[in-house]
Amino acid sequence: MTGGAPILSRRTGFFFLLPSLGFVSLFILFPFVWVFYLSFTNQTLTGVTAIQSRLVGLANYQRLLDFETWMTSGQFGNALRISAQFVVGSALIGQALLGLAIAWAFYRWRGAFREIVYTLVILAWIIPDVVVAFTWMAFLDRDRGTLNAILQLLRLAPVDWLIQQPVLSIIIFNTWRGTAFSMLLFSSALATIPPSYLESAEVAGASGWQKFRDIILPLIRSHILTDIILITLWTFNTFTPFLITGGGPAFKSELVSIYTFRIAFQFFEFGRGGAIAVAMMLINLVLALTYLTILRRQGVRT
Amino acid sequence: MRLVRLVLTRVAFYLFVTLVAAFFALPMLWLVLTPFNPRGTLAVEIPSPATMANFRLVFANAFAMRALLNSAILGIGGMLITTLVATLAAYALSRTDVPGRDFLIYALILFSSVVTGTAAMVPIFLLIFYLGLIDTLLGVILVFTGGLLPTAIFIMRDFVEGIPRSYEESALVSGATPRQMFQDVVAPLVQPGMMVVAIWAFVHVWGAFLIPFILLRSPTSMPASVAIYSFYTEAGTPIITLTSSYALLFALPVLVLYLLVNWRYGFRFFGGIKR
Repeated sequence: MTGGAPILSRRTGFFFLLPSLGFVSLFILFPFVWVFYLSFTNQTLTGVTAIQSRLVGLANYQRLLDFETWMTSGQFGNALRISAQFVVGSALIGQALLGLAIAWAFYRWRGAFREIVYTLVILAWIIPDVVVAFTWMAFLDRDRGTLNAILQLLRLAPVDWLIQQPVLSIIIFNTWRGTAFSMLLFSSALATIPPSYLESAEVAGASGWQKFRDIILPLIRSHILTDIILITLWTFNTFTPFLITGGGPAFKSELVSIYTFRIAFQFFEFGRGGAIAVAMMLINLVLALTYLTILRRQGVRT
Repeated sequence: MRLVRLVLTRVAFYLFVTLVAAFFALPMLWLVLTPFNPRGTLAVEIPSPATMANFRLVFANAFAMRALLNSAILGIGGMLITTLVATLAAYALSRTDVPGRDFLIYALILFSSVVTGTAAMVPIFLLIFYLGLIDTLLGVILVFTGGLLPTAIFIMRDFVEGIPRSYEESALVSGATPRQMFQDVVAPLVQPGMMVVAIWAFVHVWGAFLIPFILLRSPTSMPASVAIYSFYTEAGTPIITLTSSYALLFALPVLVLYLLVNWRYGFRFFGGIKR
């Protein structure tokens, strides 16, 4: 801020802000509040309860968290467990590690090789969901898929990926899909490190790993935190695996997002779907608050 | 010793880079080759002869073309409204002394990342249902504008803050109204920012699946992301020739925009924003 008198009066400013406030209130704040109410009703899409829904207290939550059954196949606890595996596998281990490795490999490296790899990784990230879903169904197909063709070249037995390894399949898919973000974030973080830091370590005879561990990692710690929280949030909310496995077979790859969809839009139980949505948003809220706390602490430091 | 280590590092580097390139390129091979193969399957095969026959079938399919048009309406509509509304808001936030502006932006971003399309599909569906906008393109455009705005404002604010205030101050001295100032002074200067937000918003809405899938169900309003699931045989398996060429067509605008951005600006990174 350069100081001086503000150019717009508060009244004019408010007028300019009005359309945004309208959109945000109607499509973000209102759904957030309303879904809490919905989760205490027996609202459905069709039938009597579509017109005359009534409050049912905590019934939806009791069904969700019924500890006798909730970890069994096709239930909420099961979906939470699969989502946790998916986030740890594809976001934390897959995207963050691979993104960091690519950014580090190309640190101080320009030219065609870098351009090719970066372009491929970014393309995987920006192509529309349904298109990548079809290419991955082809890639993982049991009889004609490219992956099994490669395994056969290596004299390994083919695998029916989507049937035998549905969770591993969507983990590998989502690593492929989302690594670009971590890669770009880490390369812009690495670009801020002056080369002289590393040169003096090289003179002292440090190995690549030592340089990475003792110089780079401490300098990009806050970027790693930012990256991990953002990709956790996005990975938890992604719906794209539905387009590849449909949550199956037998709910084996049913993430929380897919579970919400099934209850709300295949069974049309909006009350119960609302209760799952509340749980999902509370998890999102914790992640987002953690992220904002880190951002603010960084803002104070700089 | 040092030489050996150097050579080993080099070999490890090339091995790693080749594996990464293969991992990201191999799944895309099918998308590049199959659309040109009149006998395309799920296998990766070099089409011989390579023809445009599949594309001719897609172009002759009125339903498929209508769906692409719907996607374009959604993408361009969402892009225009989001960019305009976000620029107005970013300008207001940058040029007034409203207390708690920063808090407002933080709160907006917070809520937009909590109330995602996936988490909020139930209330969003019911809201659009009660507003009478179910199965209308307008409903989908409004929902996306709401969801994209906080991030769009956040990106735009950086660009507005970058404009020196002296231009507006002299416009103010010559008696310009706030509207004139926005239209004639600020808007031309933040055009690069508006381009960034516009492309980002378009790509986002164009490729979206879940929200259009639950809000648009009739064949005349379906966008391409939903319509692509209609090319199935009576036995319930996808018709690969049609599906693959339609998928490539659907990805094309995004690829062109990527090339354009890369060539014009270099693919830069705006505070870690994609969704």
